[in-house]
Amino acid sequence: MKLNLALAQIATKLGDVESNLEKHLDYIGQAKSQKADLLVFPELSLTGYVLQDLVATVAHRPTDDDPVFRHLLKASQDLDLVVGFVDEDSRHRFFIASAYLSGGKVLHVHHKVYLPTYGLFDEGRFFAWGDSVRSFDTRFGRVGLLICEDFWHASPPYLLWLDGADIMLFSSASPGRGLNDKEKLESARWVERVSKAYASMFTSFVAHCNRVGFEDGLLFWGGATVNDPNGELIVQGPYFEEALTFAELDLNQLRRTRARLPLLRDERTALVQKELDRILSRG
Amino acid sequence: MVDLTINTDVARQILIGFIRSEVTRVGYARAVVGLSGGIDSALSFALAVEALGAENVLAVRMPYKSSSPDSLEHAQTLIDQFKVQCETIEITDMVEPLFGRDPQISKQRKGNIMARSRMIILYDQSEVFKGLVIGTSNKTEILLGYTTMWGDMASALNPIGDLYKTQVCQLSRALGIPPVIIDKAPSADLWVGQTDEGELGFTYKEVDRLLYLLVDQRFSPQECVEEGFDEKFVNSVITRIRRNQFKRMMPPIAKLSNRTIGYDFLYLRDWGT
Repeated sequence: MKLNLALAQIATKLGDVESNLEKHLDYIGQAKSQKADLLVFPELSLTGYVLQDLVATVAHRPTDDDPVFRHLLKASQDLDLVVGFVDEDSRHRFFIASAYLSGGKVLHVHHKVYLPTYGLFDEGRFFAWGDSVRSFDTRFGRVGLLICEDFWHASPPYLLWLDGADIMLFSSASPGRGLNDKEKLESARWVERVSKAYASMFTSFVAHCNRVGFEDGLLFWGGATVNDPNGELIVQGPYFEEALTFAELDLNQLRRTRARLPLLRDERTALVQKELDRILSRG
Repeated sequence: MVDLTINTDVARQILIGFIRSEVTRVGYARAVVGLSGGIDSALSFALAVEALGAENVLAVRMPYKSSSPDSLEHAQTLIDQFKVQCETIEITDMVEPLFGRDPQISKQRKGNIMARSRMIILYDQSEVFKGLVIGTSNKTEILLGYTTMWGDMASALNPIGDLYKTQVCQLSRALGIPPVIIDKAPSADLWVGQTDEGELGFTYKEVDRLLYLLVDQRFSPQECVEEGFDEKFVNSVITRIRRNQFKRMMPPIAKLSNRTIGYDFLYLRDWGT
């Protein structure tokens, strides 16, 4: 089975959801015309990233009657979508969220579980922490969503793997930093390294879609990637500019790789649990 | 060891994108740069030309009667090389009446008045040319506070404020700034014979390495001494950084209400764009 995956590394207007929605619909049209099955947008793709006091004004609920999601759910009749937004729950907590839309339905919403609040980041000040990491079934198999800092920690991808995800979809709004004499920024090298490592260790497909554009002095570097279950890079988008990057995922590769390298079969989850229980109960 | 080398292709691409983005997203297409004849303004200028096109950049030369003739000439070299429009507006007539009010006026006061007069001219030309003022302060001078508040520090956006002076030199070479500008002794040219390194008491090469360890690599003062820096030098630089924090900030507003600008009224400048 083949999956035509498209990654939309877009620039967004800060706090202008309507304008960002228009751009989503434009990219959805392009992806559809090129026969994409699934289109992934970056973290907070409907809102922009450094929202600060804009958080409450840009929040939406992924429902049929929401003025933004109505359009996206309709578009998901043609191809599956992952979009980034601010989710407001019924008790008015605001989450950095990604929604997976398919066939006019919301299959899954992931709330970012790690909110970086250090250095140039201040997410914990403005957002509520997500509290679950779950895989879910799609027409392409079982999928997991993570958002930026979520995959700087090893445990969320590991949990998704154990929960059955064979395709991990990472989205980011990663500010470029760490310019030195190398051809790539340190932040880009780091994310590319761990994406490849997760694909290799979990013998899974790992796609990463990062936004581009500036917000004040912050540059988001783009460079979307897809790695296959052998940890081989299938495709890479350009740095610093908007692009729609396509990758054909041969899902049969999962079987071939895992027949050769049965890391999933041999993973000793009971041992992990036993040792975690011991470590956490030590006080 | 300490290596401040940057990939100039990456730096160039990011900084050009920054200027283009931050100028155009607020509805402008043009920029104004004060060209002193020195390396910092030469670099900001070259980046602005590459980002916006020569026809959209106005170079402004603002000599004082005692300014070095080399400064004016080097600025002209850049104007010819990059083929941009230029205005030359002498500040002598602006500043002399103020200088004349006090025969005891110090060099420092004169320097500040000159820097702030140039700011007035740049912001006036910004209105005439409909272009944003591009900043020319580098990371070394911002950290050391070797700048005039509301003077040479004033700008709408600053593409080179995260580059140390030695990195400014490296990127300037890559952008084709003439060697005569890169290799001359850096000077604010506020009085005859003034040089940055003479006034600061150390070289940029030396202090950039120390700042890189202290600021970028988060070394403790003791660790810097262990790396071979003189303890007095380390402490004097740390003191300079701390004492000049005020220059790097907007003036604090006294909090009275529940929502105060600067504390809990938080939006990026790019809000809505």
